[in-house]
Amino acid sequence: MEDHCKDNTKALLSGDEAVAWAALDAGVCLGTGYPGTPSTEILETFAHLGGRAQWAPNEKVAFEVALGVAYAGARSIVTMKHVGLNVAADPFFTAALTKVDGALVVISADDPGMASSQNEQDNRRYAQAAGVPMLEPSDSQEAYEFTLLAIELSERWQAPVMLRLTTRVCHAKTIVRRGRAAIPAPRQAHHRQDPRNRVMIPAHARPAHHRLRAMLRDLTAWNEAEGPNQWIEGSMQLGIITSGISYQHVREAAPEASILKLGMTYPLPIEKMRVFAQSVEKCVIVEEGDPWLVEAARTAGIAVVGKHEMYRHGELNPTRVRRILQDDCSPEPKPVPGKPPALCPGCPHRIAFKTLKELNCIVSGDIGCYTLGVLPPFEAMDTMIDMGASIGVGLGMRHALPEAEARRVVSVIGDSTFVHSGITGLVEMVYNPPSTGHVVLILDNGTTAMTGLQEHPGTGRSLDHAKTGKVIFEDLARALGIKNVFVLDPATETDRFQTLLKESLNKSELSLIVARRNCLLAAGSISEYERCNEQAD
Amino acid sequence: MSRPTNIVIAGLGGQGVIKASDILADMAFHAGLDVKKSELHGMSQRGGSVSSDVRFGEKVFCPMVSVGEADYLVVIDSTQVPVNAAMLAADGVLIEPAQIDESKLTNKKSINVALLGVLSRSLPFPAEAWHEALKRNLPEKLHAANLQSFALGREG
Repeated sequence: MEDHCKDNTKALLSGDEAVAWAALDAGVCLGTGYPGTPSTEILETFAHLGGRAQWAPNEKVAFEVALGVAYAGARSIVTMKHVGLNVAADPFFTAALTKVDGALVVISADDPGMASSQNEQDNRRYAQAAGVPMLEPSDSQEAYEFTLLAIELSERWQAPVMLRLTTRVCHAKTIVRRGRAAIPAPRQAHHRQDPRNRVMIPAHARPAHHRLRAMLRDLTAWNEAEGPNQWIEGSMQLGIITSGISYQHVREAAPEASILKLGMTYPLPIEKMRVFAQSVEKCVIVEEGDPWLVEAARTAGIAVVGKHEMYRHGELNPTRVRRILQDDCSPEPKPVPGKPPALCPGCPHRIAFKTLKELNCIVSGDIGCYTLGVLPPFEAMDTMIDMGASIGVGLGMRHALPEAEARRVVSVIGDSTFVHSGITGLVEMVYNPPSTGHVVLILDNGTTAMTGLQEHPGTGRSLDHAKTGKVIFEDLARALGIKNVFVLDPATETDRFQTLLKESLNKSELSLIVARRNCLLAAGSISEYERCNEQAD
Repeated sequence: MSRPTNIVIAGLGGQGVIKASDILADMAFHAGLDVKKSELHGMSQRGGSVSSDVRFGEKVFCPMVSVGEADYLVVIDSTQVPVNAAMLAADGVLIEPAQIDESKLTNKKSINVALLGVLSRSLPFPAEAWHEALKRNLPEKLHAANLQSFALGREG
């Protein structure tokens, strides 16, 4: 990423880049996360700018590391895509009850319309469910400002704060003016004993929950009085309450309307919303995804008009906002389908899926480029749910299917996904083996390819590609007691791969095959990193 | 307030769609205009259809170009014309690879920049502004080939 302007105060940045700039300007001690579109570029940019950024094995671990940083009095950000917060949900909920000394900003990048995701869950619900304050920027300028504000609020209220981004905020480039010294300098990291606020045994967690609700009441009052919300005077006939990227669509679709743009959407400034709604003849709520603001307004007895159910699906845009305002629920014109993505020509995954198809395997799949194995010409995947599910789901199918079918089940998982959530699946396989045995196939292409070639603990290189500790999958599997462990190159040992897979399926034992060959797109860079790291040794 | 200029650049993953829109947006930014640009990343890296929206003017709100509102549609791969045709406004201009004599390109991969050259004929920015944007957004070893491609498109 280049600095686009000489004085370095004004630049054309993506929302992700703007968050990274804010983290840098705020003196964030550590940024951690797991790669996931559309959040990945935040940590990459932060590292590029000289910040300390690292990939964690998964979002749960990343969250916990970031929480530890904040307990120590320093500032941290933790980044993930929307489904990543499902993985980090356990610490997310309970961390909300505890008190941080520094700042913890949880960045959730949602993907309405599923440009690159398996669902379009609306993570605003997580903020409410856990009682975590939430800010929603609508462009890169606000991504910058709200990151700083989130850090400030987190320190002031001693609570984790969520920054909820969406695809078009993360990846759209808009102009950002940076301002330094907008928030106090970070404190010196230090350990302060505070078990009542940090050791969540029931005796501590009960008062902590009361304290959390009291804090949210105080924060509501703050949001009502001085929160980052904008009331734009316009028509008395039409008022629109909106937030995030939807605000930009509203400005285009209804330039005449009065607008209440919410920057902090949890806890909501509900009285401000009430006064706004009463000030106009008709108050419409324009929001992407779930009718979350609509539900909150109606629960508070505020008369608002929501969108038709059809607009719950997919992204909004000015055209769809016009339709919402006209209550037009006629069918929308369908876009001409483009060329679907496919595995690259020469991709090592191609050989794996060709073989799986030839052997008529039932494939319990997982998340990564290789999920494209479900599409023609392979059509060799039967299930795909979430990170790591291939192993558990494959085992379940083995337990239940008639023997002849059970013997065809293979769990197929990528290298980064295996580290993320496959290891516990392997433990389950050892602990509760199906009577027909099982076969796990790790497609190890030496990178997190789908999200843009990030490192992971299996590559032995850190986020900035420097040498670090390496998790060796075959050693791990052997240490767990898996009897048959094989490593091969699917491109140069295609026949051996087919034979081994066939033999493994016929045994009633546990087998793990690592098909290892670097991703074509990453191979050149990987050789270069390895050469540099060897020289450094 | 005048309406922003809406440009859509489309093609297939790996053809430099995003790079072309980066150059265009950066050029407009340095010209002192408000600029927004948007595209979807992710699956597009795997050879599928990619398109990127660039909007610039006095003030821009939405980063996306609405269907039927593109003033210019620049298509790097001719197969992507029908996929994106609906983006064009009634009086919009289509710019496509057939407008470039590919045999004259020093570097075949710089067709994206050659098409920016064609686009530049219709936009009110001096050639130098484009040249600077090209240099800011491309590694030095690619400058000569891309300046040649740009000139080929701009001068026809």
